Amino acid sequence: MTVLLVLLGGAVGAPSRYLIDRYVQRRRDGVFPWGTFTVNLIGCLILGLLTGSAHTLPAHVVTLLGTGFCGALTTFSTFGFETVRLLEDGSFREAGLNAVGGLILGTAIAALGYAVGAAL
Amino acid sequence: MAARFSKDSADRRTDEPPADPDLLPVDPDTGPIDGTAPDADVFAVRAGRRDRQWRVLAAISLGGGLGSVARYLISQALHVSPGRFPWATFTINLSGCLAIGLLMVLVLDVWPPNRYVRPFFGVGVLGGYTTFSTFAVELRTLAAHGSWGIAAAYALGSLLGGFAAVWCGMTLARLIAGLPVLRGREGRRG
Repeated sequence: MTVLLVLLGGAVGAPSRYLIDRYVQRRRDGVFPWGTFTVNLIGCLILGLLTGSAHTLPAHVVTLLGTGFCGALTTFSTFGFETVRLLEDGSFREAGLNAVGGLILGTAIAALGYAVGAAL
Repeated sequence: MAARFSKDSADRRTDEPPADPDLLPVDPDTGPIDGTAPDADVFAVRAGRRDRQWRVLAAISLGGGLGSVARYLISQALHVSPGRFPWATFTINLSGCLAIGLLMVLVLDVWPPNRYVRPFFGVGVLGGYTTFSTFAVELRTLAAHGSWGIAAAYALGSLLGGFAAVWCGMTLARLIAGLPVLRGREGRRG
């Protein structure tokens, strides 16, 4: 049952990332990977909210939306690949901003989501 | 290795538009319009393109579901108590980075172009397998527990280790394929 919920959440999360990524990327110029950056932050906010309010939510909702949907909506592999590609192309500033910005903003937004979720 | 991808070639069937499908661009962003004969039914062509985009989304969805289940099973096997180093996510993200480094070199520089390989394995399986949101929430939890040293080690280890893993994957794939290991700035993406 739990595996099915994760499967379902992941099956919705991954194409959602693809569509949001393309939507954002079409509206941005330059080499910075805004698409992945944006999707990862959205996922951090949602998972923060879910984790913060986990004590009031049914466990299978957290599994479906947290482990399944948010886990697949966000990606570490593409984040890593895009950063390394920026490094290979000599775009050191963008690579640094992507890595450090993703880390700091992602954690801050997850903490914000958690605080809001816990207060609800 | 090639046998594993026979499904993809089987997917290129005859429901393509009238122009020779093998000559058409494989990038879903570039539709078949350019390669279509002037007298071809433009609506049929558009329907074919939309159909393919749905199939790309289906490949991503299937891959994302499978990757997510793999991540869930590993996180169950490597249970981590709150306040301890999150080995499960760390292992998942680093192995996913290694795999995407390998995959992207193979997809972009070695294997013949295919419409479904990168959506299924890259966007779907590896995207569903690795996670940024759990990484961020775990960092928050470590900070909330006052485990700042573990948080710093986890953050730096994941970023530097992840980038190193991507690079190792790319280098390994280039070595296997006999490509130059270092790609210059004048490379494909300029």
